Amino acid sequence: MKKLKYALFTGCTAKQSTPEQMMSTMAVADKLGIELVELTEASCCGASHLQDYDEFLSLVLNARNIAYAEQKGLTMVTICNTCQLNTAMTKHKLDNDEALKAKVNEKLAEVGLEYKGTSAITHFLYAIIDDFGLDKIKEMVVTPLSQFNIAPFYGCHNIRPSELQNETHNSKENPYNPTSLDDLIIACGGKNVDYEEKNKCCGFHVELQAPHTAAVLTGNAIAGAMDGDADMMVTPCPLCHLKLDTQTAHASEAIGRDVELPVLHMQQMVGLALGCSPAELGLNHHLAKVDFV
Amino acid sequence: MSTEHKITTQQVNFKVFRFNADEDYLPYYEDYNMEVTSEEVVLDILNRIKWDHDGSFSYRRSCRHGICGACAIKVNGRSTLACKESMNDMVDLFGSELVIEPLSKKRAIKDMIIDKADFWEKHAAVTPYLVADIDENPESENLVSPEDADKLDEADLCIQCGACHYACPVVEINEDFFGPAAFAAAYRFGADVRDSADSRLADVNEEKQGVWDCVKCFECAEACPKDINPIAKITKLHQMAFQEGIAKNNVAVRHAVGFKKSIAKNGVLDEGGLVLYSEGPSIVKHIPVALRMFSKGKIVPPWGITKSDNLDEIKKLVKSSSTAKF
Repeated sequence: MKKLKYALFTGCTAKQSTPEQMMSTMAVADKLGIELVELTEASCCGASHLQDYDEFLSLVLNARNIAYAEQKGLTMVTICNTCQLNTAMTKHKLDNDEALKAKVNEKLAEVGLEYKGTSAITHFLYAIIDDFGLDKIKEMVVTPLSQFNIAPFYGCHNIRPSELQNETHNSKENPYNPTSLDDLIIACGGKNVDYEEKNKCCGFHVELQAPHTAAVLTGNAIAGAMDGDADMMVTPCPLCHLKLDTQTAHASEAIGRDVELPVLHMQQMVGLALGCSPAELGLNHHLAKVDFV
Repeated sequence: MSTEHKITTQQVNFKVFRFNADEDYLPYYEDYNMEVTSEEVVLDILNRIKWDHDGSFSYRRSCRHGICGACAIKVNGRSTLACKESMNDMVDLFGSELVIEPLSKKRAIKDMIIDKADFWEKHAAVTPYLVADIDENPESENLVSPEDADKLDEADLCIQCGACHYACPVVEINEDFFGPAAFAAAYRFGADVRDSADSRLADVNEEKQGVWDCVKCFECAEACPKDINPIAKITKLHQMAFQEGIAKNNVAVRHAVGFKKSIAKNGVLDEGGLVLYSEGPSIVKHIPVALRMFSKGKIVPPWGITKSDNLDEIKKLVKSSSTAKF
């Protein structure tokens, strides 16, 4: 197989509040022989909030990020669901509206860039599944996670809106019954936990303005996984991760029940199965106890 | 050239929510095993349950043409307009074990029939009609140009079926929240050039009830049987608040604006700086969690942030491409 190579859009959290996500992404890419070229020029994607204030600015900034992946002639890989959605949404809008694309490019020309629409954009989860292949992962597993019940938490911005999401990857995902993360858990030797909240919202985006709503959603998600007898949760989204890992006190208070589980980034789970050390995967950066290693 | 259309059949097991508020203490599920043809829609199945199995089975139906909005229910958790949804597609999505439930189990009155009072109350609260001075003796039609009509962005296609409203997780938790259908209605009239309502946009921008409590989960976009994309209308209502100069100086608004400030300064987000700007003095409530995060190496101080390369480009673009003010 030809060596896989992508332009990596790290997003902001991987460099700040979830350093373990950056570490585990690089560790897993290294194990799988995937080359990730970091887009160090990229700005924040606006995290689904900037466009509430200024949609055009959001489009221009995201188009700029994509233009850098295009310059390198690479598919852009994201490691955050919200980065994925914002970037893919920008691409969809520009690729389907010549006038808007021209308007955005007029701005990008001021800094010598152009958005062409030549780079695909996909989340690392789907890059692993579509391009690398679950069968190959299975073959490479050295520490099967066979003694663990693992609850997948998909994160809204990887599965909805499904029409847009399914443009960005080959394995079609049903937002009401997603399977990609379950399949990855199984490939790593773990037992996937089925529970109602796996495709629901974690509440991250209203953490500041609607803390009660946010805390109830987080609480319900962890409680659902606990009731499914999960030993841990796993998510491809660092924002979901932050919510589920760091906000357990608020969540427990909001739903009147103590909830806490180890919450792994998708990359950390794969890394453990591939034999990376806990230190390489940054497991010491979690707030919720990670006591199973 | 003629295309041969082949009708196929398959066996499907339906687990159907049953409840009669007058008689039952708790709801229960009844199983119906049926042969389903590829020509049928979900409503055909509801009819067959009533006509062939149990005459007391209750559901709302009327137009059978996807326009009255009466027959919305949930199939395997997915909001769906029963008269429009093909059984074939449901089996493709979920297999041959299908769970039929009302839009909201906690609002069930009898089987699929729910009490939609909250939906209508919230719909009524957004002034869902044109507010305009109408000349009682007009001399010509009140014309709207195609360009102006396009601004409604198909929000006028809403049939008030409630599919998005009862798919919204915030509606479940926060009883003040208007919900995606009401917001789509608010946008539909707010974006109408003939409208001059003065309080609608302010109403949907109030905390707790308004658009700022939307969690951005896209459940509404997924659920809408008319492809109205309610969350896109919610985004537009946010933007209109800035355009009309009525965005309040509160935590939610500053949170959106803060992204631009952060990007203009660093390219990337300054997470701590964003929370500080959004919360103001209220940031103290985050201190306990922040201290724990700091001890685990999860908080980078402002001086430790790795700024984007070619930051001058970003600064230039923020300056030249900004279209909103706060």
